[in-house]
Amino acid sequence: MGYLLEVKNITKRFGGLVAVNNVSLGVNTGEVVGLLGDNGAGKSTLIKVISGVYPADEGSILFQGKEVHISSPMDALAMGIETIYQDLALAENLNTPSNIFLGREKMKKVLGFLSVLDHEYMQQESRKILEKLDILIPSLRNRIRALSGGQRQAVAISRSIYWDAKFLIMDEPTAALGVAEQKKVIDTINRLKSHGIGIVVISHQMHDVFQVADRLVIMRRGEKVAERVTRETNADEVVSLIVGAETVAQRGP
Amino acid sequence: MTRRAGFTSFIGQRWAVLFLVLELLLFSSTAGGFFALNGVQIVLFYSTTLALLATAETFVIVTGGIDLSVGFVMGFASVVSAKLSGGLVDAGLTPATALVLAILITLAIGLLPGLVNGLLVARLKVPPFLATFAVQGITYGISLLLTQGSAAVDVPNLANVIGNGYIIYLVPGKGISFFAPPPGQSGALLVDVLPTMVVVTVLFVAMAAFILKRTRFGQHTYAIGGNIDAAVRAGINTNRHLVMIYVISSFLATLSGIIYMLEYVTGKSDAGSSFMLDSVVAVVIGGASLFGGTGTVWRSILGVMILSVLEMGLKMLGVQTFDKYIAVGVILIFAVLIDQFFPELIHKED
Repeated sequence: MGYLLEVKNITKRFGGLVAVNNVSLGVNTGEVVGLLGDNGAGKSTLIKVISGVYPADEGSILFQGKEVHISSPMDALAMGIETIYQDLALAENLNTPSNIFLGREKMKKVLGFLSVLDHEYMQQESRKILEKLDILIPSLRNRIRALSGGQRQAVAISRSIYWDAKFLIMDEPTAALGVAEQKKVIDTINRLKSHGIGIVVISHQMHDVFQVADRLVIMRRGEKVAERVTRETNADEVVSLIVGAETVAQRGP
Repeated sequence: MTRRAGFTSFIGQRWAVLFLVLELLLFSSTAGGFFALNGVQIVLFYSTTLALLATAETFVIVTGGIDLSVGFVMGFASVVSAKLSGGLVDAGLTPATALVLAILITLAIGLLPGLVNGLLVARLKVPPFLATFAVQGITYGISLLLTQGSAAVDVPNLANVIGNGYIIYLVPGKGISFFAPPPGQSGALLVDVLPTMVVVTVLFVAMAAFILKRTRFGQHTYAIGGNIDAAVRAGINTNRHLVMIYVISSFLATLSGIIYMLEYVTGKSDAGSSFMLDSVVAVVIGGASLFGGTGTVWRSILGVMILSVLEMGLKMLGVQTFDKYIAVGVILIFAVLIDQFFPELIHKED
């Protein structure tokens, strides 16, 4: 069986700047791929192409074996490709069920013709998905603002899984979290793997990436410079790939 | 939660209600007749125009914007509807037809300022403060041109009958009639219940409250105010939504202007000039944050009642209305400080 998601020869330019240059990568179901690179290496641009924020100038995207055209974030969402953004994309003034159902609210009819929000249903469904992912939120009625960073992340993940995401893009999932919370997020990612979700994780936290990723893809200056199976490499090698071997050589002993 | 925190939280969430109760106690003990049916109805009657403007402002403030044009859109609508109804009567229509037509046309025209506001804010990314400030000036200018600087008074008298009418007229011991007083009865024996304009206002406010609280549209309004990026990523068409918000605001302001025209049988360019401040104050007293994402219509109406009771109470006590402005300013500062220092008390759950 082929990849769950495969991008082939993607190139994205901004004016004269080539942000992503002829990059290909594939992710299997139940696999976590770590996308690594220094600032400006093109990681963010690449995932924005996959999530429909930017159209690619060249190249193709295959999802579940078929070539797809993702021209907006809504296209990606409709296919089951969800992005968990660094700034989380949650409305902090709303509670957990409202966020899980944001944009896809469950309605019910009252008096036969008025369509109103079905809070009870949304709350029950939210409780179910949180239990399925073994996530603990103190009170579902609390606004997101009252939750910790890890809990917010968990809500964002539950939201995508509830809506049948098959492929998750996680941008710095452990940044700005306490140590205990980082561990919880990693546990959650491992649980998602067992549910057969394909995941790309962008992170600067080398330690975390090594804990969750099965494979690593390293980018530098818009190009993919290496791909490694996590078990067969180590942090030193990856760092030298990220900063560029020449640089390491120049600095060498 | 400690007992003290519980107490502070209690006050934090309910200070506006307590404040209104205090006001009512103060004025009913000092100003005679304040609690009589008449006194209550006068306060409610006086509140209709501001209640609609505060409702309009609630929608906009929940999205994190502000609509400074509502007061002058209201004046504009009063002028347009007054001019139109007078003109249509002159053109040979009956007063009833003329009024109905004038009101419908004004409601349609009244959507335009909101459309301009919405397009400026949503599409052209003009800060709401500036966009609505500009539109305020434009509508005021057009109103002045239409009236040549004076008031439009050429309104059919039927407006007075509707605008100052009551739903129920009671003649104690004799009978009851609806919408118009029983023939031959007037004066002290006639008891008027439920001013028609109050009922119309309550209907529209209730509808607006329902939309904001219970519908998908309302939910998206809160989401946009909370985190517009989240709303976009959730697939909400935020541009279209914001345009609709400003159009709704303008519609309610127009309705307010029409009610003003019916109540005062006049169109005045500056009918709502003091309401630009008052409508925002009412919403903020109601606990809405000017950063968006919080606030409800009914709590804004609570703010309206606080302002209206204050104004009427001071009038009944014979205090100059200048003092009202000072009081409103002080209350506004108080409300904003509570929001800044105790946001977690007010906004923990929804």
